[in-house]
This record gives sequence, structure tokens and C-alpha cells, in this order.
Amino acid sequence: MIGGLDFSVVWDNLSYFFIGRYPKGRLGGVGLTLYLAVVSLALSFIGGLVLGLLSVSRNRLIKWGSMTVIQTIRGMPLLMVIFWMFFLLPAMLGGGMTADWTIIVALTLFTSAYMSEIVRAGIVGIPKGQTEAAISTGLSHGQAMIHIILPQALRNMIPSFVNQFVSMIKDTSLAFIVGVTELTQVATQMNNRTMLYPTEIFLFIAVIYFIICFAFTELSRWLERRLAYRKSI
Amino acid sequence: MLTYKFDWAIVTSGKYFDWIVSGFYVTIKLSAVSIALSFLLGLIIAIMRMSHFRPVRWFAHGYLEFFRNTPLLVQIFFWYFGSYKVLPAVANDWLVKQDFEFAAAVIALTIYTSAFIAEDIRSGVRSIPKEQMEAARSSGFSYIRSMQYIILPQAVRLTIPPLINQFLNLMKNSSLAMTIGVAELMYQARQVESYTFKGFEAFSAATLVYVALSFTITGLMTLYDKKVLQPLKGR
Repeated sequence: MIGGLDFSVVWDNLSYFFIGRYPKGRLGGVGLTLYLAVVSLALSFIGGLVLGLLSVSRNRLIKWGSMTVIQTIRGMPLLMVIFWMFFLLPAMLGGGMTADWTIIVALTLFTSAYMSEIVRAGIVGIPKGQTEAAISTGLSHGQAMIHIILPQALRNMIPSFVNQFVSMIKDTSLAFIVGVTELTQVATQMNNRTMLYPTEIFLFIAVIYFIICFAFTELSRWLERRLAYRKSI
Repeated sequence: MLTYKFDWAIVTSGKYFDWIVSGFYVTIKLSAVSIALSFLLGLIIAIMRMSHFRPVRWFAHGYLEFFRNTPLLVQIFFWYFGSYKVLPAVANDWLVKQDFEFAAAVIALTIYTSAFIAEDIRSGVRSIPKEQMEAARSSGFSYIRSMQYIILPQAVRLTIPPLINQFLNLMKNSSLAMTIGVAELMYQARQVESYTFKGFEAFSAATLVYVALSFTITGLMTLYDKKVLQPLKGR
């Protein structure tokens, strides 16, 4: 008992909060939250890189086309993207997509748009002289991008990527809407079953989310300081 | 998909159109109330964060980190389902008499967004070189007056774009209020879908409204940056 709150409901179901029914059944809780976040982040890294490169293309059609896609996705709430995916993916693929993967696709699409802005800012942030120097040594535009610009730009982007991971972990809570048993869904189930301890349950998962996200926020700050230090030498 | 018959008429007129419009109004109302409150709260937290009195500063710091690093959805659920055990009886009585879903959404959105706003305000103030404060103080202004006449007018100009951005996020985040039954735009779009099975049309209408709102605000911000901020930097 802490201040009139009774956390025994949390301690009794601790493993369900962390790994769901795993290993006897499906992975759930914190484990599934992290799984969704990691897979979606890896995929949106690729998506963001592609969209970001398209948006700095010298071909106007490609540039404006990709910018429109990016801005439209950024103008929508994530929830809207999730509903679209749940509605469109079965229609396009003829069903057969699990809820987990639909959420991963929605998170990837949404985060790719935000990632692409990070990538674009990173590329634009590298002085023009570098591209000019690379081209005057005989590299093509594509080669200059791959060998000279991107490696530097990507290193500068690392802290932003870590921040994006924090947003991603928070965003996975929306998977609750479609019944994916990640941490928020587990908490809601537990709350529906016991009815008496909503305060304890939601406080507990808030703290869990906080610990994970705060650790990564601090990591991103540390990386930023280290990067600034290395640049100053 | 090939056999799907589009029927745009259902979202451009009649009963379902009215649902979408009423959802739009609730989204605007929810966003407007939360924007006003989160700006006030954010300002207070930002001032506390810059206080010279340590416990106040630490409290503000803890507040910022906690609410920024917790999902909004969990905060909404906490206020909606769980707050009655930690709030005083007076607050509970008052809340029950209100439109409780709406109130819980406002509280969650306000607290969540205020943490981001406080950081933006603080970095706006910090971006003004501290020599300006020293110069103001040595020419006879008090601390408060230096803030009022020298630091804040400049900081506010720099803070406007990130603040507008937070308000835009808040507007989009307000869609999460549907999870506790606030009949805002997303809720109504879903409602239209389940009544008519015309999900494509319903979601298109809602998407159009969200994207139009976002584009308008982003456009105004770009204009502000071009007309107000860039000329200042040139000097």
C-alpha cells in the first residue's frame, strides 16, 4: 500500500505486463512494445532515407511529389494512418495481414515521413563545398552522395534517430486501438478484468514507459554532446 | 476493391455530413481550450524551470521529463479511469458534474503539451545572449523590467514557430480523445464508417480536414518565418 493505493494487482501479474503469455503463448506487454518499436524503427529508417533522398532530388517532379507525400502524412494524426492501413491493406492484399504487421506498416509509414525530414536536414546541413569538391575530383552526383555526403550526414543524425525511437515507443501505445496486446492493451485488459485498480495499473505502466523513454532521451543527449565535442576538435 | 462503389454523396450532405461537421467542431473546441490552458501552464513551468530556487527548478525538471516521456494515450487513460483515487474529493465532485470525457481529454492534452511548450519557451529565452541581460541591468533596468523590455520581446518572436508547431501537434493528438468517447472528428469518421460501411469516403473526409488544417497553419508559419524572422536575422 502506497498512499492508499494497492499495487498488488501489478505484482501478481508482473510477467504478463512484461512478456504477455510468452513463452507458452504470444509475446505481449513490454516485450511486444519494444518489438513493434524496433522493427518499425528499422523499417522507417529505410523509408525515411528513401523519402529524404527523393525530397532533395534535382528532378523537380520527384522532389515535389515526395514532398507532397511527406507533408500529407505529417498533416495527419497517427490514428488516422492506422485506420487507413486497417482499411486499405486488407482490401489491397486480400486479407491475411496480422494486426501486428498492420500496425508496423502504419508506424513505419508515419515515422518515415518524420525521418525523411531529419535526413533532408542532415543532407542540407553538409556544406555545399563538399559536393562541389567531390564532383570536381570526378565523382558523379550519386557517388558524391553515397561516399561523401551521406556518411557525414548520417553521423550527425544519430541523436535525432534516437529521439525518434522514443517517439516510436510512445506511438506503439496506439496499437491498443486495434487490439494488439502491447503494454497499453495489457493494462486495459487488466483494468477491465479487475475494475478496482485503474490508478495503480495506469500509474505503473506510465512509470515503465517513462523509464524506457527517459533512458533513450538521455542517450540521445549524451550522443549529441559527444558529437559536438568531436566536431570541435 | 474493384467492386467497391464510391458514394461521395454521403459525406458531402445529409446526416453523415452533419456528423463529420459536428466532429470537426468538437476537435476545434477541444484543441482551442487545451491550447490556451497548455500555453499558460507551459509558461508557468518554463518560469519555474529557470527559477533560482532549486526545489522549484527540480520540480519543473521532473515534471517536464515525466510527461514528455510517457505516451499521451496512457496519460488520457490515467486521467479518465484512474484520477479519482489521487484527486481530492472537491475536484472529483466538480469533474463529475462536467462533461467528464471532455474534461479528462483537456487535462491530459494540456499537461502533455505544456511540458513540450515549457521546453520551447526556455530554449527561446536561452537563445538570447546573456550579455543583453547584463547590458540591460547595467543601464539601470531591474531584472523584471529587463525581462519585460529586452529579453522577452525577442524571445517571444523566436518561440512563436515552435509553439505553433506544438499547437499543431496538439490538434492532431486530440484525435486520441476518441478512445474515451469524446465525439471529435476521428470518432465521427469511425461512426460514419460503422453505420454505412463507406470507410473510404468517411476517412477521406476526415483526412482532408486534418490535412487542410495542418497545411494552413504550416503555410502561415512559413510566411511568418519569411516576413518576420528572416529580415531580423539579416541585420
